[in-house]
Amino acid sequence: MKVVGQARRRVDARAKVTGQTRFADDVVLPRMLYGKLLRSAHPHALIVEIAASAARAAPGVHLVLTGADFPTAYGIMPVSQDEHALCRGKVRYVGDPVAAVIAASEREAADALALIRVTYEPLATIASPEEALRTAEPRIQDYGEGPNLHRLAHFAFGDVEPALAGADQVFEDVFFYQGSTHLSLEQHATVAALDADGRLTLWSSTQTPHYLHRELARALDMPAHHIRVIATPNGGGFGGKSDPFNHEIVAAKAALVTGRPVKITLTREEVFYAHRGRHPVLMRLKTGVRQDGTIVAMDLETLLDGGAYGSYGPASTLYTGQLQTVTYHVPRYRFRACRAFTNKPPCGPKRGHGTPQPRFAQEVQLDKIAVALGRDPADLRLQQLAPANSVTANWLTIGSMGLKPCIERVVQGSAWRERRGQLPFGRGLGMACSSYLCGAGLPIYWNEMPHSGVQLQLDRSGRVTVFCGATEIGQGSDDVLAAIIAEVLGLETTDIKLVTGDTDLTPVDLGSYSSRVTLMMGNAAIQAAERAKAILSASAGQKLGLPAERVAFADRRVFDVENPSAGMAFQEAVVAAEVEHGTLGTTGSYRPPRSAARYRGGGVGPSVAYSYTAAVVEVEVDPATGWVRVSKVWIGHDIGRVINPVLARGQVEGGVYMGLGEALMEEQAFRRLPPRLSSALVHKIPSMLEYKSPTALEMPEVVTYFIEDPDPSGPFGAKEVGQGPLLPIAPAVANAVFDAVGVRVDQVPITPDLVLAALGAKAKGKSGRVGPEAFPAVPWPEALVVPPPWEGGNGKAINEPAKSRDALPTHHSGTAGVKV
Amino acid sequence: MMRAPDFRYHAARSVKDAARALKDGGPDAMLIAGGTDLVPNLKRRQQTPALLIGIRHLRELRRIRNGKGLMIGGAVRLSEVAADRKVLRHYPALARAAGLVATPQIRNMGTLGGNLCLDTRCTYYNQSYEWRQAINFCMKAPGATGGHACATPTGDAICWVATSSPRCWAVSSTDTAPALIALGARVTLVSSDGERDIPLEELYADDGMAYLTKSADEILTVVHLPPEDAAVRSTYWKLRRRGSFDFPVLGVAAAVRFGEGNTVSDARVVLGAVASHPVLVPESAELVGRRLTDDVVEAFADAAAAHAKPMDNTDLALGWRKKVARRYVAGALRELKEAHAAK
Repeated sequence: MKVVGQARRRVDARAKVTGQTRFADDVVLPRMLYGKLLRSAHPHALIVEIAASAARAAPGVHLVLTGADFPTAYGIMPVSQDEHALCRGKVRYVGDPVAAVIAASEREAADALALIRVTYEPLATIASPEEALRTAEPRIQDYGEGPNLHRLAHFAFGDVEPALAGADQVFEDVFFYQGSTHLSLEQHATVAALDADGRLTLWSSTQTPHYLHRELARALDMPAHHIRVIATPNGGGFGGKSDPFNHEIVAAKAALVTGRPVKITLTREEVFYAHRGRHPVLMRLKTGVRQDGTIVAMDLETLLDGGAYGSYGPASTLYTGQLQTVTYHVPRYRFRACRAFTNKPPCGPKRGHGTPQPRFAQEVQLDKIAVALGRDPADLRLQQLAPANSVTANWLTIGSMGLKPCIERVVQGSAWRERRGQLPFGRGLGMACSSYLCGAGLPIYWNEMPHSGVQLQLDRSGRVTVFCGATEIGQGSDDVLAAIIAEVLGLETTDIKLVTGDTDLTPVDLGSYSSRVTLMMGNAAIQAAERAKAILSASAGQKLGLPAERVAFADRRVFDVENPSAGMAFQEAVVAAEVEHGTLGTTGSYRPPRSAARYRGGGVGPSVAYSYTAAVVEVEVDPATGWVRVSKVWIGHDIGRVINPVLARGQVEGGVYMGLGEALMEEQAFRRLPPRLSSALVHKIPSMLEYKSPTALEMPEVVTYFIEDPDPSGPFGAKEVGQGPLLPIAPAVANAVFDAVGVRVDQVPITPDLVLAALGAKAKGKSGRVGPEAFPAVPWPEALVVPPPWEGGNGKAINEPAKSRDALPTHHSGTAGVKV
Repeated sequence: MMRAPDFRYHAARSVKDAARALKDGGPDAMLIAGGTDLVPNLKRRQQTPALLIGIRHLRELRRIRNGKGLMIGGAVRLSEVAADRKVLRHYPALARAAGLVATPQIRNMGTLGGNLCLDTRCTYYNQSYEWRQAINFCMKAPGATGGHACATPTGDAICWVATSSPRCWAVSSTDTAPALIALGARVTLVSSDGERDIPLEELYADDGMAYLTKSADEILTVVHLPPEDAAVRSTYWKLRRRGSFDFPVLGVAAAVRFGEGNTVSDARVVLGAVASHPVLVPESAELVGRRLTDDVVEAFADAAAAHAKPMDNTDLALGWRKKVARRYVAGALRELKEAHAAK
């Protein structure tokens, strides 16, 4: 192949390095106004009154909006329509938007905010899932599956109890994975404006213009075709820009009311409140193994701190367990999950969405099992890999499975066999593996339409323009799109004109989330390009006197594959086709095949393909201070096929970087003040300075190995690389710390005080383990019983409930809830 | 973005002019040099001066001169201090401390005088106005209680770090002060009424709010280092989460003069970021006449760490920071001993 797999300068590189990329905050329109949101200073309170007359009269102020202006609820998922652009009746966390001022300048808008007088009636607050479990009143939300419990799930994929009873050994651990935020360098920004026909355009830093489009139509009660959403290139997303956000809806409404363009750009502190980041998750994992460490059954409980709103929570809840079966063969599996509401900014999807937490638990516990049984952790994993082309206990269909070569490469690269357990005290190696989706099998709202659409337009100039709703968030989706079209048509990526992420111009693509873009957009692009190629081949073939199947495309030429000198320029082929057919255009679309999982909740987890990753991390631990320094990382990733090695490597290194941040320092942490003095519940450190994330100086050398075993479902065999490589990092660090100094830190971040505490405990003859001690009692519902394939199951539950357990009133009709 | 409140700006024509303007401006006036501490604080409304008096361009404050020792102007940039050949050779603790402040960009703007007068820091204080509203403010930065604030009691008289304490526990976070105190530096303070020289340690008070002893209309113009002394070794160890960016959660500066037979003839060890002022460890004097054997170093480290009073208002766990203070003091002294032995 001439394009795919070749290291190339990405198509948007020039604009980015010369500062010409127009991010949302760079959009400036004549007569533009600026908006600022007044955010709640209370963690939980009823809104008694909002007095805004002074603000309305303030200099420069054009408009003040409150919850009364936004009667319609919205939310990213049909089952979590619990947000209003501005709070109505109550606030649920410090930072919840209460009112908005639209003014001639940002400064005047900010000054006027201080003139709005809000009277609150404070309510008791909930700061943790444990508190939520024991607090029936007051409720943060008026729906859910328990007083302050958003979601409860219980799946039995076979009966784990007898399997655990029959196991040679059972290992049980409690783990905690702290919440973290995305920390995109670009803060969220949006500009709304009316066009000359009175229709609304919204430019926004969003990863999901299509879903935003839907929710805007809902929240503004406007026909969707009167709204245009343009996703500007994102300065990083990582899941943090995939919900519809308050400021987007407020800006749109303000533009409609004032008739003038309105911009809202969040401050960094506000981004910490918009959040939707990694859920803090407490986990209890019980695994039964045979004497050689082979898993016979696994029993996992997870407790998620959801924050104050639903967001992607129903999916997040299930992701804390559903992907546990795709790396190693798990014959029987029980998974129970609970998402609690708390008075904190809502959690949602962050790179890896719900799966890094249980992956940490599983991979650290496997290390403990290996140590207890005297096995090499690499061998323990290799002996029980989930087979390729198989179906798991929870009915996920695995296609290609390249974890074995991933493990082999990192074992070799790190000299694992010679060095693990052999390094001097204070240095160690740790291993972990993981897997991730290549696109969620189902859309956010249930429908049977394509997940991605691509249109091609060609004309006599030789121009090839691609239209696709896919969204460039820095990951390189534009480059991948251009590469795939260029490969099929024998062009260069720079020959392709791209129009992406614009709901007026481009066919729907569901967005840049769930690692779906390369696979889904890529397949749609191949279909569109192949259709164009067929048209051109026939017309060119006629001119060359050749059957269409002998016509080949390469080097901007169309020629006889048996006699390459006989041919024509690509442009001449387009002219020939335009003469024959008139105006030229083709389409392609992609929808993943139906999943084998047919039970309620089985909509989360299925993917047409899974990527696999193995990592070895080397650490140096100072036993005097507990300080952990990561000196090197070896990472092998089963990517199926690399489209652009430069971008793919960047994704791996970025994932390692983000994983190290979570492993060692990042904390979306909150603070309560002494209750007798204050009811405050605030984000501890909502700033780039004090929210600690690694800098370039903390970044170790990363050795990346790509395993290319093309997956038949991927475009040219490609699988994802955006999220999977983050997953093994935190557990590999924990395991390396154990190898270095012999202590277990069963939580992240692994801070030096924890390491030192564990070392101190060990020196006193105690266990040398620090981490959470207990998992609270959760009112688990009755299990949904789904027999695994090898126990005669058919993918359905044998006790499927007749109707939804959901108590949430839906504010819309015509769409059934997604199967979660 | 966060925007600073309105203020008037006066570009001082001389130190004398700045001093007069400062006096005339009264409590509403503040000096600005590099602005790397002040400007973020303005945006967060931690300070809201009506008048800013710019002094960073004043030549008389931007010089490094030879006098009895080395004289460094208050507006000399931190990056210049860190790269100065004399500082590097004879006062390495200062070079190191200045070179470890924040980031290269900030060191190119921030000044030595600014770092010495750095506002004390606290995770309850270095927050936006809106954030502080949510905790109902604190004694260091009381807020106007307005309609949006809560019905709970005001925090204006409270230090949230230690709620029963009558004082503020914000942390001295300057890197250069511990180094300069260890080196025995003095500073010149100029006001419209005249000027005076004081030992640097006397500039600081153990109070998170009134952390400087100088009067509000005095300008720190010159830092005087004692004459170079080939027998003195000095160093600065900084503890922080990351290799760049972060303020110290612990600074250990040590300057030791070695005399006959490797015995200590003078020693000053200073702890930074463990209290509201840099702490000159009083037991430093007891090192005089002794050799830095392991026993002496360990015993001294124990004594020094006892002066570290970390609170829960910076990064990293406080109990751990106290433990590490001991390690850092011992490490710094060992480094000096080895440097002396390698001479």
